[in-house]
Amino acid sequence: MNWLWSNLDLVGELMLVHLALSVPAIILSFVISVPIGWLAHRYRWSRGVLLSLCGLLYAIPSLALFVALPPITGLSLRSPLNLVIALTLYGIAVIVRTSADAFDSVEPDIRQSATAVGYSAVGRFWGVELPLAGPVLLSGVRVVIVSTVSLATVGAVIGVPSLGSLFTDGFQRGIQAEIVTGIVATIVLALALDWASVLIGRLLLPWSRPSASARRLSVARVERVDAA
Amino acid sequence: MIEFRRVTKQFPDGTVAVEDVDIVMPPHKTTVLVGSSGSGKTTLLRMINRMVDPTGGQVLIDGMDVATQDPVQLRRGIGYVMQNSGLLPHRKVIDNVATVPLLRGVGKREAYAHALELLDTVGLDRSLADRYPSQLSGGQQQRVGVARGLAVDPNILLMDEPFGAVDPIVRAELQQELLRLQGELGKTVVFVTHDIDEAFLLGDQVVIMQQGGKISQAASPAEILAHPADDFVADFVGADRGKRALHVTEVDGRNVVVDADGRPAGVLTS
Repeated sequence: MNWLWSNLDLVGELMLVHLALSVPAIILSFVISVPIGWLAHRYRWSRGVLLSLCGLLYAIPSLALFVALPPITGLSLRSPLNLVIALTLYGIAVIVRTSADAFDSVEPDIRQSATAVGYSAVGRFWGVELPLAGPVLLSGVRVVIVSTVSLATVGAVIGVPSLGSLFTDGFQRGIQAEIVTGIVATIVLALALDWASVLIGRLLLPWSRPSASARRLSVARVERVDAA
Repeated sequence: MIEFRRVTKQFPDGTVAVEDVDIVMPPHKTTVLVGSSGSGKTTLLRMINRMVDPTGGQVLIDGMDVATQDPVQLRRGIGYVMQNSGLLPHRKVIDNVATVPLLRGVGKREAYAHALELLDTVGLDRSLADRYPSQLSGGQQQRVGVARGLAVDPNILLMDEPFGAVDPIVRAELQQELLRLQGELGKTVVFVTHDIDEAFLLGDQVVIMQQGGKISQAASPAEILAHPADDFVADFVGADRGKRALHVTEVDGRNVVVDADGRPAGVLTS
């Protein structure tokens, strides 16, 4: 514990750095996966190819990808951006299938009814399909959050600082407390982001959660039906 | 007025859903398309707002071929009510009712005010406006569906088995409600059902469809009962059996009407 108290500043700083690496990657992989998932949902023939290709990304060993990216992107190996791109690719691999499933989960009846009352194709995507895919998309994002936060630590091996630096440094210098701190801090960060995403989901998707008030309403409804 | 001229629909896999159909649906009246599943009645309905395009023939609204109109704009001018209400589960009742006016660019305040009035029109309490559809009963959801269909004050209201998924008591209530509304509003209603009793109750004109999308008979309920066009129709409406085959017997000097099983249905008063 002594190590932790005397290095609180360092841990706090690495946490922020870790956030700056993970959050953009999480958001980017979500934003990129949604249209890919929609395509896979909309055009059946593309589904197998798109989902397999994206899924295969995950089979690339992380260190190999970190090293292989710079020649393609022109970035330095130690650029945080390099790591963000790699994490985004892994994020896409994790979420793209869920994204396709999310659009599949929208009931065809609802889609038809939206069309029948006069939604245009674009209006229907933003106003009906995307929000209704929300709950399943959120479950995918939660997996991406945890996997990205954990995977970002690997960057320490190629010299991009993150909470992972606590593992490498602690290992090299034989400070066990530092390693443990790194693990715990990573888990705490992942849990915090997960919790934040659930909170955002509740704000954006208030209808998807059978709340206490909804249950009260349904009791009231039964009473009304009885009265009627 | 809605007019079908020699309309055919053949799907890419070769099935013929509708074959060579001619019908005129008079304005301000209710036309009910009735038939078993596979008779093409829903396909026929969906051709009116271009959810389905015919492969042959023309569908005309007030003399204008719908094929010449933009489908999205066309649909925004036609009320549509479907089975299971088709409400958007992520939007509150009030937003569901105001959907189409908002799509058409009506101001929010005006659209919501009108939506509240429509809740009155379909017999729903305004306090339900802030609920989500899943918090309503099936019958209430269906009423919201009707309110949504009426929101742009369309001339035409398409109803695709709207009361098919509610229990018989609520269905009877909704049917009476629709008759009341239609008496007040006088829309051109096209109503699809597989229930011949519902068809006779609601329809000014009843169109009986048979397998393969052909029309067996289109006439008023009374005419169909009096002169079924063929055996299929006679069988479908049950004109010669059960509760429709009524006859009169004299009981203590009064004419009592009984059905085929001898159960009394009423008394002749004149």
